[in-house]
Amino acid sequence: MVEFEPKIIAFACNWCTYAAADLAGTSRIHYPHNVRVVRVMCSGMIDPSYVLRAFEKGADGVIVAGCHHVDCHYIDGPVKCDAMFARLKRLVHTLGLEDERLRRELISTSEGVIFAKVIQEMVELLKKLGPSPFRIEARV
Amino acid sequence: MDRRIGVYICHCGLNIAGTVDVAEVARYAGTLDSVVISRDYRYMCSDVGQELIKKDIKELELNRVVVAACSPRMHELTFRNACRDAGLNPYLYEHANIREQCSWPHTDRELATNKAKALVRAAVRRVYYNEPLEVKEAPVNPNVLVVGGGIAGIQAALDIANGEHKVYLVEREPSIGGHMIQLDRTFPTLDCSECILTPKMTEVRQHPFINLLAYSEVEEVSGFVGKFKVKVRKKARFVDESKCTGCGVCEQKCPWKTDSEFEAGLAKRKAIYIPFPQAVPNIATIDKKLCVYFKTGKCRACEKFCEAGAIDFNQVDQIIEVEVGSIIIATGYDIFDPRLMPQYGYGRYDNILTGLEFERMTSAGGPTGGKVLLKNGKEPESVAIVHCVGSRDKNYHEYCSRVCCMYGLKYAHLLRELTKAEVYEMYIDMRSFGEGYEEFYERVSREGVNFIRGKVAEIAADPVDGKLIVYCTDTVIGKALRVCVDMVILCPALKARSDTEQVAKTFTINRRADGFFLERHVKLDPVATPTDGIFIAGCCEGPKDIPDTVAQASAAASKVLSLISKGRITLESAIATVDETRCLGCGRCEESCTFHAPKVVAKNGVMVSEINETLCKGCGTCAVVCPSGAMSIKHFTRQQITSVVEALTEA
Repeated sequence: MVEFEPKIIAFACNWCTYAAADLAGTSRIHYPHNVRVVRVMCSGMIDPSYVLRAFEKGADGVIVAGCHHVDCHYIDGPVKCDAMFARLKRLVHTLGLEDERLRRELISTSEGVIFAKVIQEMVELLKKLGPSPFRIEARV
Repeated sequence: MDRRIGVYICHCGLNIAGTVDVAEVARYAGTLDSVVISRDYRYMCSDVGQELIKKDIKELELNRVVVAACSPRMHELTFRNACRDAGLNPYLYEHANIREQCSWPHTDRELATNKAKALVRAAVRRVYYNEPLEVKEAPVNPNVLVVGGGIAGIQAALDIANGEHKVYLVEREPSIGGHMIQLDRTFPTLDCSECILTPKMTEVRQHPFINLLAYSEVEEVSGFVGKFKVKVRKKARFVDESKCTGCGVCEQKCPWKTDSEFEAGLAKRKAIYIPFPQAVPNIATIDKKLCVYFKTGKCRACEKFCEAGAIDFNQVDQIIEVEVGSIIIATGYDIFDPRLMPQYGYGRYDNILTGLEFERMTSAGGPTGGKVLLKNGKEPESVAIVHCVGSRDKNYHEYCSRVCCMYGLKYAHLLRELTKAEVYEMYIDMRSFGEGYEEFYERVSREGVNFIRGKVAEIAADPVDGKLIVYCTDTVIGKALRVCVDMVILCPALKARSDTEQVAKTFTINRRADGFFLERHVKLDPVATPTDGIFIAGCCEGPKDIPDTVAQASAAASKVLSLISKGRITLESAIATVDETRCLGCGRCEESCTFHAPKVVAKNGVMVSEINETLCKGCGTCAVVCPSGAMSIKHFTRQQITSVVEALTEA
């Protein structure tokens, strides 16, 4: 049987986490191919509907990532993202998805290693959890 | 209009082509909806690569372009400009990152090729929905506000004023000069601080393009790059500036005393005072808290003796409004209070000094006339210099204060020159990184100074003779030491000003965890802040020595001068926009915005949100909180982002 390969969508702010993902590449730090990054200007720009759409379309996990609270290019975007994320987390739980499928990360420009580590961890975790229940339904 | 999309897959030599099957990705892209042409080429960013795009735009009438190459942070602008040159709006371009986020971190050719296809698919879907955006400009007011009159503010103000642009220099204290004017000699050249700073201070006073607002504070800042409005509170000195001649008679006659800030508490000043002889402006100031007339209504000694009739007890604070196009913040630093480290006994035992107190002691114009003296009036026979007091210490400040090693060495040198004392230099690491610093370290090491590598644990006083005992481990020989000395000089950390939180709020800038102001990019944009048109210089950005401070101040000035010289700013195009037919006028966007860009206004009798395009940064938080979906961000619309999410999740 072919091993299950989870699909991860990572929302990343342009100034920090997207740059960290670039840095991981530049430093040739290898991490699993399963992640696909959606570039947004600020983590405060991430609308809950984007995350829900990713799950609806069959993502097994979603990462909402951006600057640390003190690094934000827009001063306090992460604070606003946190507020959105808290609501979203409850919603995702209500929808019947495992909590671990939705993850919040603060990764700064210089933390390419951490970006790679987060992806690695998330892939391992999702492999244990198996495909998203939404995805199985979609197949049926 | 029909979409006609051109897709270009870059090999980047073997950087991409080595891992990703670029020909296959190009073939796949050709099968996507609305794609008219799909090519792969060795180096898309080369002139030849860019020409390829320009030619296709013209010949194949492309109205959308996608390049899959390196990170958009690298070359998005290059290709946007290529599109613009060929007559296509730059926002009808989309970039797929198949190098940093595909070929480099992945090794499996098939998987990487698949991922590259998904990334290209997402870019093609997104570009389908991209809309042309107008690039707008606004004029820049050439006047400049500099906040802080230390060496950083002075340097920045002079650099700009010498370009014949008006500068408002605001200083909180009665005189400019900052910490530097308090210093004695400056390492490593040992030139006297006053001698090199006072000419610059005088230049500030006389400069036709500098409007010095001393004893003043910025109260309020509104507006945006190119057009700030600033309210400055000019505090009442109770002395008429136009009449005071700075003769100092009032100071002699005033009977009320307190510790002199300038002399770091080693001497007294009066309730009416000129902080130091070379003060700029050289005008007396009444300390309202200390002056007995304000408490009891009696005294007025200064008024009696002032020949110029300058004393004015009825003076009140004035609010001055200025308009400027850019702002430089150079508010400096505070010194760590060693009382917070009770193990060092500062404030408890005599003859333990801070660096600044010692600076005043060795200054020729200082309270001891430049003599190093103990409390009992004798010269010390032994002195310990303790480095890293509150710096490089997890309990206080983790960072290195950058100047203490060098001024610690300077003290050792001065002590050997001025006294016969035995000198102990107790340090963690010796950091002598600047021009001539290592040579200075060498020089001092040859002057018979005892270097002990280890952090001081405790300073105690001998109950019998009152001598100070410094407990320390010499990590080089691995021995615990007990050093008896007459005097200890502590080198306290440079820390962020206690009011940086308030200042950051006033100017809408950011602070690091350690309290210092945050630069836009630590390496590549060190004097800019996240707020356009506001720059930082000197120790408010982090501890630094005088050469670095001056360099940074000039850097900030040059940033300002280039803004002024261009005379106009390009406004961010990817900003918020309101669909007035859907807007409820609820004002949640207004509440959510840090930059005060949205405002609910009445339009044709209906309350709707309106975006100030010069204030909006395009962060998009307003669109997330908007309950009716009226707010959206240009170039990051729901449709555009959702199309990417869908394209990346499918297959």
